[in-house]
Amino acid sequence: MISFSQVCKRYPGGHEALRNLAFTVQDREMVIVTGHSGAGKSTLLKLIAAIERPTSGTVIVNGQNVGAMRASAIPYLRRNLGLVFQDQKLLFDRTVLDNVLLPLQVTGHDRRDAGKRARAALDKVGLLARERSKPITLSGGEQQRLCIARAIVNRPSILLADEPTASLDAAYAGEIMEIFRSFNQVGVTVLIATHDESMVERLRPRVLHLDHGALGA
Amino acid sequence: MSRWLTQHAQAFSLALRKLAATPWNALSSIAAMGIAFSLPAGGYVLLENATALSSRIDSAPQLSLFLDPDAAKADVAQIESRLKEHPQVKSYEFVPKDKALARLKESAGVADVVESLGRNPLPDAFVVQAKSPSADVLEGLRKEMTGWPKAEYVQLDSAWAKRLEALLRVGRIAVLVLAALLAFALVTAIFNTIRLQILTQRDEIEVAKMVGATGGFIRRPFLYYGALQGLAGGTAAWGIVAAALWVLNGALGELGRLYAINIHLAHLSPGDSLSLFGFAAWLGWLGAWMSVGRHLSQVEPQ
Ligand SMILES: Nc1ncnc2c1ncn2[C@@H]1O[C@H](COP(=O)(O)OP(=O)(O)O)[C@@H](O)[C@H]1O
Ligand SMILES: [Mg+2]
Repeated sequence: MISFSQVCKRYPGGHEALRNLAFTVQDREMVIVTGHSGAGKSTLLKLIAAIERPTSGTVIVNGQNVGAMRASAIPYLRRNLGLVFQDQKLLFDRTVLDNVLLPLQVTGHDRRDAGKRARAALDKVGLLARERSKPITLSGGEQQRLCIARAIVNRPSILLADEPTASLDAAYAGEIMEIFRSFNQVGVTVLIATHDESMVERLRPRVLHLDHGALGA
Repeated sequence: MSRWLTQHAQAFSLALRKLAATPWNALSSIAAMGIAFSLPAGGYVLLENATALSSRIDSAPQLSLFLDPDAAKADVAQIESRLKEHPQVKSYEFVPKDKALARLKESAGVADVVESLGRNPLPDAFVVQAKSPSADVLEGLRKEMTGWPKAEYVQLDSAWAKRLEALLRVGRIAVLVLAALLAFALVTAIFNTIRLQILTQRDEIEVAKMVGATGGFIRRPFLYYGALQGLAGGTAAWGIVAAALWVLNGALGELGRLYAINIHLAHLSPGDSLSLFGFAAWLGWLGAWMSVGRHLSQVEPQ
């Protein structure tokens, strides 16, 4: 469960990105955060992943107060989150499979088990045939799917995606959204930030609409 | 426990692969470190050998009183009675010239030389043990004896040993200072190497943090890298010293054959070698640890 109450976020420099935000996302829910560019969608997701901290208010994720979390506890929070963020960094010096293996190495998985899991994750996003390729040889849509595979390989309970379909054409975007829907159907809580309204029509999810850092109707 | 071991093994092999990925860079910095560290290590080895040599020499407070070659039996008796009554003299031994020559003949190598002389060039002598080892007392005694009739020359046997001891002390300080300076240089070098690595691996570190890597997981490969590089540098220094000793011992062997003496310079003892390796590895680790503490926090997911 994710719960915001009276959350404000002011970046250094004085810009107030989020104002008095309060909402709750239940387990297994699928929520799309919409709003104009600069509305605060990315900031909202970053608060959940403890990439940014709230200026005031509380952000609770799975019962933990993320805003006040010690730095040494943050890694363990992130292992429960799948993050598909903008300007997502794929590691271009290693294969597709090795990119997906990284989160499992981080958690110290047994090597053989890790290989199985990573291939299962690649299979779910339709990239199993490309496991030995270098990410640079993948198309934009395939790279985005690789990011998703990397985000879900640790079987997180919450998946956060920031503009996952930006710069993809409609067919690719549709595929990506289908993948998210399939994860949601097996019980993963999914939060997607997008300014692409066509996503909303397609999936008919719950929508949080941000307008200049505040929740609209 | 096994997960912990796995993670360390992974970090270790990652560090090894990083070293192997840029073999020329790695080799040249290892060589530079090795050469730098071979100076204090080599200095230490020479000092240890000199110390071993000086401790083999009897450092009891001893004087040799050489008599005039034309000293008569009566002169010898007179000096002997003076020695007997002197409050600072503990014991003495009379070494007549024939006995001195016989002793000299016993020592290897010089026998031929002595034989060729034809007549005995050595004077009668007294070997005197003083009661006090104090340098002042010994020096006073030496001056006094020099004034005795028919005493040609009095030599303070421990004087040169003392001088050597003082010299060795200075040498030890020099080696320490040199080691400290180079240790500082090594830590700085590793600090910068690791800083560059962190910069070039920004993306990897960011991704690792995104997927929940702990600080330890991210730090470990860098720490191993630093320690490995330091260890390799220490090993190179050890090898350089070994090679230098091999060459020196060859030359000394040649010299020794000419003078029928046996001088062999020993390398670092196993304990000292281990200390060298451990210290070098620790320095590398320290440089990496400082660099990681300084630079890793600057790499955060955006
Ligand atoms: N690191 C930052 N420093 C300062 N201002 C920022 C930072 N990140 C975002 N902002 C500002 O906060 C506001 C919300 O940004 P963001 O959350 O990225 O919006 P969105 O994702 O909806 O486009 C914007 O006005 C943006 O300029
Ligand atoms: Mg954004």
